[in-house]
Amino acid sequence: MAAFLQQVVSGLASGAIFASLALALVLIYRSTDVVNFAQGEMATFATYIAWSLMDHGISYWPAFVLTLVLAFLGGATIERTLIRPVEHRPEIAIVIVTIGLLIVLNGLTGWIWGAEVKAFDSPFPNETWDVGGVVISQQDVGVLVVCLVTVAALWAFFRFTTLGLVMRAVANDQTSSRLVGVRVGWMLALGWGFAAVLGAVAGMMAAPTLFLDPTMMLVVLIYAFAAAVLGGIDSPIGAVVGGLTLGVLINLLGAYVDFVGSELRLPTALFILLVVLMIRPQGLFGHVAVRRV
Amino acid sequence: MRRIPTAVSFAAFVVIAIVVALLPRFMGEFRLSQFTFVALYFIALLGLNILTGYNGQISLGHGAFMGIGAYVSALLILGRPGLELYQLDPPGWLPLGNGMTPVFTIPLAGLVTGVIGLIIGIPALRLAGVSLALATFALAVSLPTIAKRFDQVTGGGGGLSLLLPEAPFGWDISTRHWLYYEAWVTAGIMFLIAWLMVRGRLGRAWRSIRDGEVAAASSGVNPALYKTLAFGVSSFYAGVAGALLVIEVSFVNPDTFPVSLSILLLASCVIGGLGALSGTLFGALVIEFLPVYSESPPLIDAEFSTQAPSVVFGALLIVIVFLLPGGFAGLLRQLSRWATRAAGRMTARRTTPAPASDS
Amino acid sequence: MSSRPISESRVPLLELDGVRARYGPIVALHGVSLAVEEGEIVALLGANGAGKTTTLRAVCGMVKTAGQITFAGRSIVGRSPEGVARLGIAHVPEGRGLFTELTVWDNIRMGAVVRGGQKALRENTERILGYFPWMGERRDQHAGTLSGGEQQMLALVRALVSNPKVLLLDEPSLGLAPTVTRELFSLVRRLNEEEGLTVLVVEQNAMIALDTASRAYVLEVGKVAVAGESDELKRHEGVRKSYLGY
Repeated sequence: MAAFLQQVVSGLASGAIFASLALALVLIYRSTDVVNFAQGEMATFATYIAWSLMDHGISYWPAFVLTLVLAFLGGATIERTLIRPVEHRPEIAIVIVTIGLLIVLNGLTGWIWGAEVKAFDSPFPNETWDVGGVVISQQDVGVLVVCLVTVAALWAFFRFTTLGLVMRAVANDQTSSRLVGVRVGWMLALGWGFAAVLGAVAGMMAAPTLFLDPTMMLVVLIYAFAAAVLGGIDSPIGAVVGGLTLGVLINLLGAYVDFVGSELRLPTALFILLVVLMIRPQGLFGHVAVRRV
Repeated sequence: MRRIPTAVSFAAFVVIAIVVALLPRFMGEFRLSQFTFVALYFIALLGLNILTGYNGQISLGHGAFMGIGAYVSALLILGRPGLELYQLDPPGWLPLGNGMTPVFTIPLAGLVTGVIGLIIGIPALRLAGVSLALATFALAVSLPTIAKRFDQVTGGGGGLSLLLPEAPFGWDISTRHWLYYEAWVTAGIMFLIAWLMVRGRLGRAWRSIRDGEVAAASSGVNPALYKTLAFGVSSFYAGVAGALLVIEVSFVNPDTFPVSLSILLLASCVIGGLGALSGTLFGALVIEFLPVYSESPPLIDAEFSTQAPSVVFGALLIVIVFLLPGGFAGLLRQLSRWATRAAGRMTARRTTPAPASDS
Repeated sequence: MSSRPISESRVPLLELDGVRARYGPIVALHGVSLAVEEGEIVALLGANGAGKTTTLRAVCGMVKTAGQITFAGRSIVGRSPEGVARLGIAHVPEGRGLFTELTVWDNIRMGAVVRGGQKALRENTERILGYFPWMGERRDQHAGTLSGGEQQMLALVRALVSNPKVLLLDEPSLGLAPTVTRELFSLVRRLNEEEGLTVLVVEQNAMIALDTASRAYVLEVGKVAVAGESDELKRHEGVRKSYLGY
């Protein structure tokens, strides 16, 4: 039983990372109707920036916050410069642009910082707590708390601020937003900014365990996609629930099902993704998509 | 969208064929090998263009299909199609012997991959646009892991090694030359098949589905049938390309077909021009040579990092979407339009009567 | 029965001159000219496809437009929809344009979010909700679950809280029962009389439009065919036969 709970807790921690990145994907999808294939690379890039800041002597939490700010600006800039010009073009054009961005960022990361694997500090002590026989890693709890706090803060922003209301309106109906005078373009840029922040959090939480290298977030991105689809690509709640569920599920399957082991975790997640797409394309919480004819 | 006139296409084909045939005289072994790769990437891109360009189904898993073709071919060449694991004897009609002659494995690998593609194409019908891109992306990422897992068949992480190839049937030709011509003749055949498919009913059906599935269905085209077929055909092409690759390199392992290959294939397809065969060769050249030239451009003395190719590739991709959505093929179309207009103007000048003078 | 007479001001508040508009290759407006003076209610009539909705969209920059459109003396041709809205032109489109996922109250807030701010919102809202007493109780209901008539009223409220200089109404009677339509139009009249609201209303229901507006234009195939005071048009033979049914 204790082992089971341990797996659940560590599953929740990795699930929280998936949830953060998945929420980023959903945020962008809801506001701009775009699936951002480059979300993972953007997160990696932000994590490297954090690494550089710490390498230059800045301590963890200030570096963390500064990275979030830079990520926000980066995300907003990308939306204004790369996505806005193609937002009216057919889907494949936008997909290609985000793929191009993925390739560019991947290359830039390796160019600037080199492709060797780097260690990334964790702000949480590498110790455990013993709760009634269950060994819980403080790192896991820390990751879980940070991710959930970020998500909660974002939720509060959308729910209680005027700007959040405007962004929700834009996600609901862009044209109507324009008719009441909202500068929709800037709202979309903000959406990308917030998504980049979520990605940066996911990256910085994942780096201590996964170690920092240019392809670090590629696998996480796929888990995040699976989580977003599982929860419903247009549902923020779905992204969070989907991420946590997927994290726990994968962990448990990996621990208790021999066939899956540690190598087939990713294909298993993808299998789940495929099954969900086939049976219930809108995911657990999403709405049935209107087909673009 | 005016297509390039058939006469011009035919002429271009002949010219390219001649160039390809004569090229080996002017280059060393390494270059020859590079151009062999161009041929097999060309085949892969033809398949991807059919699926994504002509039929509008975005695939980020083309590299995985190439991988399947490569493994099938390697297993056949080694004479162990994996069936002995299940205590089955390979079928009698398969000319396995002690290992199949590589050239025969090419169509077989293509067929197996094509059938797998057809099978995958059926659930793919339920996915559209981005979901399909995600699912195929998932496929591309999974394949190396799956290959490692079933290591009794696939040789796991170590992969499968083949003996160095020789020209078959005792022909007196250097190996590199043989591989080059094998690849290019296959490429030529595959191109002609693609050209015929695309010009005919298949191509029209595919395009009409891409441009509007509902409209296509109401004019009698069965989207499910043609979309699945597109998957099967494009996988067939990928399988052939994969087979050629393993024959060329004499080796395949899970790292031969990383997800980045699938991404690069899609990118090069876009750069060549989606929905037009004329740019596909350019796309193949880009895949093979851009990485090399980004690292050490011929005239500049500096050597950029190995990451430069990625940055250039990605930037090129974005620039193409912004400025030249039709890719290289679009450029060719534009040039042919100007050429036709200029020709028209010249003939018009000759036939228009001279302006009346005042005498 | 009709609204206040035309005011003495020289320059119309909103003026279109030779406006052409197209959707891609299809030309919808072939040179429309009309004017709306401050404090007027003007109706834009015509059959389906005549270009009525397109005219409103042209004013709001939602369609490719050529020609002259002036608002309070400034040219607004080519402005973005949000730019036009910020100048004080409130457009209630066909289909109402509500934020269906947001609550009634959030929809109203969105109306004032750009023009006005918190203080104006509070002042305006109290005043405007006075015309729609039932709405206050339904603050937290999702806009998508309101009835057609209620949605139309909400759209109107949202447009009004922004303190607009001109209200553009596109087919407000669409999908509404006759009693609800009458209620809506009498509300518009009241707002015009008590607040001096300037309105340009597009309507297929010519009868009620002519009863409410002081002047009207009749569009046919993208051009103004007939124009004049409502009473005149009610007696005009062509208008009577085609749009009033007698």
